[in-house]
Amino acid sequence: MSDKPLRLHNVSRSFGEVAVIQGLNLEIGHGEFVAIVGPSGCGKTTLLNLLSGFDKPTAGTVERFGQVRTVYQQGGLLPWLTAAQNISLGLRHIMPKAKQDQQLQDLLNLIRLDGFAHHYPHQLSGGMRQRVEIARALAGDSDILLMDEPFSSLDYLTRLRMRQELARLLALRPRTVVFVTHDIEEAAQLADRVVVLTERPAHIQDTLAIELPRPRNLTDPAVVHATHHILAKLGLED
Amino acid sequence: MREKSNTSRTFLLPLAVGVAAVTLWWLLCTSGTWSPTQFPAPREVWAGFGEEFQQGRLLHDIGASLFRVGTGFGLAVLLGVPLGLWLGSSALARLALLPWINFFRCLSPLAWIGFAILWFGIGHKSAIFLIFMATFFPLVLSVVAAVASIPTVYFRVAHDHGFGSAEMLWRVTLPAIMPQLITALRVVAGVAWVVVVAAEMTGAQEGLGYAVWDARNGLRPDLLAVEMIVIGSIGVALDWLLVQLTKIRSVRWGYER
Repeated sequence: MSDKPLRLHNVSRSFGEVAVIQGLNLEIGHGEFVAIVGPSGCGKTTLLNLLSGFDKPTAGTVERFGQVRTVYQQGGLLPWLTAAQNISLGLRHIMPKAKQDQQLQDLLNLIRLDGFAHHYPHQLSGGMRQRVEIARALAGDSDILLMDEPFSSLDYLTRLRMRQELARLLALRPRTVVFVTHDIEEAAQLADRVVVLTERPAHIQDTLAIELPRPRNLTDPAVVHATHHILAKLGLED
Repeated sequence: MREKSNTSRTFLLPLAVGVAAVTLWWLLCTSGTWSPTQFPAPREVWAGFGEEFQQGRLLHDIGASLFRVGTGFGLAVLLGVPLGLWLGSSALARLALLPWINFFRCLSPLAWIGFAILWFGIGHKSAIFLIFMATFFPLVLSVVAAVASIPTVYFRVAHDHGFGSAEMLWRVTLPAIMPQLITALRVVAGVAWVVVVAAEMTGAQEGLGYAVWDARNGLRPDLLAVEMIVIGSIGVALDWLLVQLTKIRSVRWGYER
């Protein structure tokens, strides 16, 4: 395994005349948690699509080492499958069946939803659904998690709880994470490194390393300081 | 507890309306408002039931009509769902074929009766053809619309987990359209049942539609009422059967959101 599972070299992506990303360089280390923030419509999701291989750059190269899974903003669970069946999608290459069942049970325990294994997504709350999605993305031998504003459709308290939950899960099952968000606090509370993008066409405006072990409190001075720093970079605080 | 009272209500309320309607019908007939040749009394219709049943005609006609609807509707589902899935996945095919499918959908199936009799003669085949023509095109369009409304995130999730194209179809597209497909099947089955009666009036010598025609020609309003009651009841029963599909656990998401 490479020590840099994700590498973008001089990447540009345009749609017709519109340049969305221009000359972007980014390397993400093994086990690193990188948050990507920026003005809305700046190309964060386009960047994630390039990282996942769903989209190809118009120029430059994207290198990817390891299996990529994406956690979507909302509704990424297949509604005709139960929570357990959805998680099992992430385990489908695991043989024999007994091993698969064991891992499924471990994951359900991990997200504390073992009583809801046979519930369908529409029978779960928003927070529970996101926990199932994260479990599916962590399942099996995935290496890289791409998260596209995964908590943005949740209410504020649930969102705070999900941040703690994600930090806890990643401590147990470390992964390389790229986390796109418009929530600056969320980025500051969770990430090892926050990448601030410019307006379109997006390139990196600033990079901020936050060297504080997770889980972190939202009101930890280092988190508050980082939040201020990012807001200032975006021109939203003096 | 609450569920139980709901179930009894779903049966008792319509039953009460039915009893009230029959009572009103009976009162109007006994008061002499209508002449019995124009409007048969409940007692005459009941006797008509006995007559039709004893002669074995009623069951025979029901069997013929159900066979035609089953075959015509079955063929429409068997061919229409795959065609709809294919059109749903191919923009080029949609562009080329959708206007034509829409064209045929707009043709009343009754317009085909002439050709149906010319091509297939009188009997099962022409009725089946008419039912097929009435149900195939709306079914295809419903499937195409359902496929178009599938959120792309489902396909991305499937792609992330290494689904092949056959798996995409059977394990994403088809389950994703199931709730809408079931609704479309209900609507289209209702159309099939309406059309079979019309088709049998001219293109058959058995079946409930033929029985309606025969009762009309024989000036037997009592038998006419018998056939109408049977046609309506079977239509409701067919719909009830299809409604049972909505109780499958893996399609509930489409109705409970």
